[in-house]
Amino acid sequence: MARAPDVRSTAGKRLPVREHVALLIIGAGPAGLGAALEAARQGVHTVLIDEHPVEQGLIGLDIPFHFGGRMAGRSASAMERLVEADPRLAEAFEAGVDVRLGVAAWGLFSPRDGQRWVRERVAGLSDGQDAWFMSFDAAIIATGRRDFGLSFPGWDLPGVMGVTAADAALRRYDAFSGRDLVILGSGIEATGFAQATLAAGCRVAALIEAADAPLDAEGCAALGARGIPVLTGAMVARAEGGVDGVARVRCVKLSGEAAPAEFACDTVVLAAGAVPVVELLDVAGAAIVFDAARGGHVPLIDAHGRTSVPMLFAAGDCAGITPEKTMDPEAAAAEGARAAIAAASANPEAWPSLAEPTTVGADPGMLENRLRWAAAAMAVAEADTPVCQCEEVSLADLLGVRPPRYLNRDQPTMRARNVTTLGGDGALNQDQIKRLTRAGMGACQGRRCREQIGALLAGATGTALAAIPLPSYRAPVRPLPLSVFAAADEDPALSENWFGWFGIDGQWTPFWELAESKDAEGMP
Amino acid sequence: MNPPAIPPARAKGASVIVVGGGVTGLSAAWWLARAGADVLVIEKGIVGWEASGRNGGGATHHQSPLFAEEQRLWPQMDELLGYPTEYQPKRVRVALDERQMEELQVGVNNTRGQGFAVEWLDARQVRELVPLAGDNAVGGAYFACGGHANPQRTVQAYAWALQDLGGRILQHTEVLGFTRLADKVTAVQTTAGAFACDQLVVVAGPQTGILSALLGTEVPVTPARAEMIVTEPLPLMPIGGVDGNYLYGRQTLRGNLAYGGGPHEWLPVGRGSEATRPSSPMARNIAKRLAELFPKARHVRVIRSWAGIIENTPDGRPVIDRLPSAGNAVVATMSSVGFGLSPASGRAISQIVLDGRCGFADLSSFRLSRFGNLAPNWREVLGWVPPETETDHAGAA
Ligand SMILES: Cc1cc2nc3c(=O)[nH]c(=O)nc-3n(C[C@H](O)[C@H](O)[C@H](O)COP(=O)(O)OP(=O)(O)OC[C@H]3O[C@@H](n4cnc5c(N)ncnc54)[C@H](O)[C@@H]3O)c2cc1C
Repeated sequence: MARAPDVRSTAGKRLPVREHVALLIIGAGPAGLGAALEAARQGVHTVLIDEHPVEQGLIGLDIPFHFGGRMAGRSASAMERLVEADPRLAEAFEAGVDVRLGVAAWGLFSPRDGQRWVRERVAGLSDGQDAWFMSFDAAIIATGRRDFGLSFPGWDLPGVMGVTAADAALRRYDAFSGRDLVILGSGIEATGFAQATLAAGCRVAALIEAADAPLDAEGCAALGARGIPVLTGAMVARAEGGVDGVARVRCVKLSGEAAPAEFACDTVVLAAGAVPVVELLDVAGAAIVFDAARGGHVPLIDAHGRTSVPMLFAAGDCAGITPEKTMDPEAAAAEGARAAIAAASANPEAWPSLAEPTTVGADPGMLENRLRWAAAAMAVAEADTPVCQCEEVSLADLLGVRPPRYLNRDQPTMRARNVTTLGGDGALNQDQIKRLTRAGMGACQGRRCREQIGALLAGATGTALAAIPLPSYRAPVRPLPLSVFAAADEDPALSENWFGWFGIDGQWTPFWELAESKDAEGMP
Repeated sequence: MNPPAIPPARAKGASVIVVGGGVTGLSAAWWLARAGADVLVIEKGIVGWEASGRNGGGATHHQSPLFAEEQRLWPQMDELLGYPTEYQPKRVRVALDERQMEELQVGVNNTRGQGFAVEWLDARQVRELVPLAGDNAVGGAYFACGGHANPQRTVQAYAWALQDLGGRILQHTEVLGFTRLADKVTAVQTTAGAFACDQLVVVAGPQTGILSALLGTEVPVTPARAEMIVTEPLPLMPIGGVDGNYLYGRQTLRGNLAYGGGPHEWLPVGRGSEATRPSSPMARNIAKRLAELFPKARHVRVIRSWAGIIENTPDGRPVIDRLPSAGNAVVATMSSVGFGLSPASGRAISQIVLDGRCGFADLSSFRLSRFGNLAPNWREVLGWVPPETETDHAGAA
């Protein structure tokens, strides 16, 4: 006869959920706002959250973007600035959307094997002071993009930042503190940001592009007409500076022929590639595929933005970065609206099962671009150049799968191991290499280095980028202090039955007290 | 030791095939290779990808007959393997109230009973030894034995050391079944074809039950998921192996606090897929207790969590035994304490394979025969079943 479920297990434990909403939209960029406005039109009770303005402590950790110390943080007026910067925020608010700024989603959970004790679809939220759960009928993930990191000697100096961070600092926060810029990259992100920053009164010293021809030829020509050089087939060999960070960069031709060029600058903007922000989707268990035409690892979705997890939608850049969306925010907004319409009538019981695409979009340009930059990074790397800044992992450490410096890593056996031998043992896995080298294990949660490391591993071993599985994301996808993250409201059934380990009767009885004859006693 | 009576390697197969590249299987294979055996490890994923690379790294299993050997071997492992495991000796247990203090007694008795030094600590001594502890600590115990190591690093060290001795590891290859002749296993069927063997070791964690059933004797074992959280790094405490407040864990040598504890979730039997090891909102309840254990670390940020699937026998004790239904097969499953014991469990397994018995410890409490009278529905009887959902009720109705 069955006894009651094990009290030490999750069975019967409840998750305290503070609030419920019909539709939760995460991310108030063009896609999220497009979704929110449409949901309001449909009369759906909607909460729209966005983590901006981000608190200073996180900005210092380069979260959620690689700010590189060139943005003033959450000020008293930051909230107003954000609202001024995007009139659709006020529009959404007036349309009845519950708009919450400065609120981040750090987790996304729904009932599934292994966490069946979670009985609803919930998001873990935090405003930096407090953390709580909100349940929802449907959610649209519109978490946008961040930047492909790129290492070179000195990239850990203040002043080296991602273009998404620079753009947010300039346009959304009005708090960009760079004045003299060198931009890496020559695609539409690079040229677009160059124009925006020129309009804001900054100086752009040069664009540096690893490819032999500019990617956005038209945009580069327009900059050229203003006297801004675009160095192709080139890479920053070193950024140098002082207490305030970057003061100059030295560039080299990757072919090695021409004399190196030097530019005075206080900021180096990395616009070498954009990355869809899929962390919450991965945490939620949504199927993720590598699709070069959509910018790398992206959720498997249908035309309505439905992911493989019932009632979870993706829209905008996090669902795939395309030139169309990059050029025109309306394209992302339309995607958001489409998802909102689908969400309004969605039924978890009748959720379509998404067929794995037999072919994912081919975009040799995107793949070539990443591998080319990775090769450039390898060409200029010096012995102590970190590829992972948080954990101070050098390129040599990464490729040698070397343990951190505080361990003995000089045993000859250890020296004989590297990514090539590891790849020979079985398919390369970035999470495995992370655990061994600590590359990507730090407080920035791999935001600055993750995709670069993937590209470096692919480049160094001749592995296809798509063949390296997505390194996993785990909650909390925003670092939260223990005191904030700690569950203040806990199910009493959980408190009363909390135990360090399984709580199996007699598990810690010393072996010498177990007479063999007694062994089977008490066994069901 | 006598040279092992095992014929040389063959084209496809090995004298000893080890099914499962977790910490137990790899340690066993490494010890076998040290003894000169020709070994092949077959692993369905990556070495250590399940519980073995996702655990608390604790190595203080004073209840076990393998404890003395665990303690003797760990300090030598980096040297023996040729790769760093990040092993750190010693353990401190902190109590936040009188009940927790009383509960330390079992461990103190167990370790002292085996001749290891333990000292009781008063509140002041705890705060001296554990800089992150606070005024809420009432006391604790200091164990001059025990310790902790880095799980994935250790697994990889065994794997590499095994290769250095000529052993082979086949990753991304799943064992599907076995070929038998009378009561002997002659080959292992895998997704990469058949591999012949003279001896077989099944150390497949939670899957040990299913695989052993294919050999005629089901080892009772059932899977559960447990999770841990990790913080950003902090200055190192003098002893990293500190736990208490119903949490287990360690401060890594990098300085991160990595802790777990609390409710596990029983899983449906037979699955071991990716989808079953999500980390859940329980991370917040772990954080709450960690902030209580280390009040001086309340400001530190949690940066990640993870989960792993644990193998459990009905009495929470390991099985290391020969299968009665297959004379050349040894099964081993560690029942949730397998990481720390791995140097000793692997050695024991290798001796049972090569010599028929473990020469350094009395493993009678690990025998399979103790489950002879086990009810077939033992999981339900113990209540070791997944949480019920509304859908289950609908299905039952
Ligand atoms: C969160 C957590 C914390 C823990 N803390 C501690 C601790 O502090 N100290 C401690 O000692 N223990 C701890 N444990 C328990 C410990 O991790 C396990 O007891 C131990 O890792 C078991 O090792 P194993 O090699 O026996 O099994 P596993 O690690 O489960 O390895 C079995 C292997 O077999 C493979 N396999 C399965 N089926 C097949 C097949 N058909 N074909 C091929 N391969 C197959 C699997 O892929 C797997 O790699 C913890 C576990 C978890 C999850």
